[in-house]
Amino acid sequence: MASKVFPDAAAALDGLLFDGMQICSGGFGVCGIPERLIDVLVESGVRDITIASNNCGIDGVGLGKLLLTKQIRKMMSSYIGGNAEFERQFLSGELELEFCPQGTLAERCRAGGAGIPAFYTRTGVGTLVAEGKEVRNFGGEDYLMERGIFADLAIVKAWKADESGNLIFRKTARNFNEVMATAAKVCVAEVEEIVPTGCLEPDSIHIPGIYVKRLVCGAPYDKVIEFRTTRTEDAV
Amino acid sequence: MGWSRDQIAARAAQEIGDGYYVNLGIGIPTLVVDHIGPDQDVTFHSENGLLGMGPFPLEHEVDADLINAGKQTITETANSAYFGSASSFAMVRGGHLDITILGAMEVSEGGDIANWMIPGKSIKGMGGAMDLVAGVRRVIVTMEHVSKDGTPKFVRECALPLTGVNCVDMIVTDLCVFAREDRQSPFQLIELAPNVTLDHVKTNTRAFFEA
Repeated sequence: MASKVFPDAAAALDGLLFDGMQICSGGFGVCGIPERLIDVLVESGVRDITIASNNCGIDGVGLGKLLLTKQIRKMMSSYIGGNAEFERQFLSGELELEFCPQGTLAERCRAGGAGIPAFYTRTGVGTLVAEGKEVRNFGGEDYLMERGIFADLAIVKAWKADESGNLIFRKTARNFNEVMATAAKVCVAEVEEIVPTGCLEPDSIHIPGIYVKRLVCGAPYDKVIEFRTTRTEDAV
Repeated sequence: MGWSRDQIAARAAQEIGDGYYVNLGIGIPTLVVDHIGPDQDVTFHSENGLLGMGPFPLEHEVDADLINAGKQTITETANSAYFGSASSFAMVRGGHLDITILGAMEVSEGGDIANWMIPGKSIKGMGGAMDLVAGVRRVIVTMEHVSKDGTPKFVRECALPLTGVNCVDMIVTDLCVFAREDRQSPFQLIELAPNVTLDHVKTNTRAFFEA
C-alpha cells in the first residue's frame, strides 16, 4: 500500500484541488485549525470554494486568509463574529453565506459521512433557518429536515497520528475536526506528530485511519489564542 | 433599585440543583459560575467539546488547545471529558443537559427568544444558541429588563429574528423573575427585586403576564 505520509502540506494536497470544489474544515475559532493545509489552499489559488466550517477563522488567520484572497464563494457556518472581513463580504453580497446552527452543522456532517442524506431536528423550527425546508411533525412536535453534507475534501488538524492514519485529538482542539474527517471523499490530516503504526493504543484512537487518506506533520506549531484569559493565584 | 448583573446571575444560579449539567451563554450567564455553592456538584458544558469546565487558567497553565465556546482559555476539572462537536450537540439535542442559561435581546409572552441578530446592524450568527434552546430541557433567560434606550425586552411578539419558538421557561431581569409551569401556560411574575413595584414592572413590560 502506498504511504499515507506526505513530506509537506503542498504534497499532501497535490492533485486534490479544483475550482468550485466543496471543502469541510475542522476547527473552532482558531483552535485546532488545519493551518498548514489552509496555507496551501491560499498558495494554490483555487477559486469559488464552498467551505463548511463552524466559522471562518479570524481576520487574516486560518480560513480568514482565504477571505482576504477572495477564493471563497460560499460559507456554511454558524458564526461570523470576530471576523470583520467575513461580515463585510457577507453584507456587501460578495460572499454567499448559509447560516447553519452549530449543532445542525455538526450533525449534517456526521450524517453525510455516515451515508445519511437527511435527518430531522427541532433546532431552528420557526426561525430564518427553516425557510425553504420541509417541516414534519413527530409525536406532536415539529422538526426541520436538514441535509447531510459530504464534501470533495476534508481538511483537519489532529494531535497525533500513526502511519496508518489513525488520529488522536487533544482537548478542545478536537471540536469539528473529528466529524469533518468523516464528511468528505478524501480527508487530509495535518498533525503535530506522526508515530510508527503500532505505537498508538487502539482503544484511544478518536478517528480510525479508514477516513484519513493523506497525512502530513505540520510541526512546529505556534498556536494562536483568540482570547487569552487568566486568573491570579489568590483568585479562585 | 433592582438587581445588579451579578445579582441577576445569583438569582438564576438558585435554579441549578446538585448534580446538574449546565450550559451557560455569554454575558450575564457567565457570572452564574461564581454563585454555585461549594457543596454543589455542578458540571458545566462548553459546546465546543467539553464537560467539566474549570476557572480561567493561571498564566503558566494557559493552553491554546483548551478554550470555551467564547474562545477564552479555560481549565479542566477532575471530572472533565472531551468530545467532538457532533457528540457535544447530540447531548444537547438529546435533552441530556438539565439547564441552559442564556442572554436575550427579546423574549415574547409565548416564550419565543431572539438573541442572534439585529438585521442591518449586527450579524454574528447563532452559534449553538438555536440548538441549545431547542434541545435543553429547561431554558432560563437572564437579561436587563429594558434595552439601553429604555425599550421593554419582554414583549408580545419578538420583532427580531427568532432563535427559538416557545422554548423559554424562566426570565430573570434586574427588576423581577417571570416563570411558567409548562410551555402551554402564561408567564407569572413570581418575584420582585428589592424596592421594585408591580406598577414599575408593568410599565416596562409589553408582554402579558399573570401578576
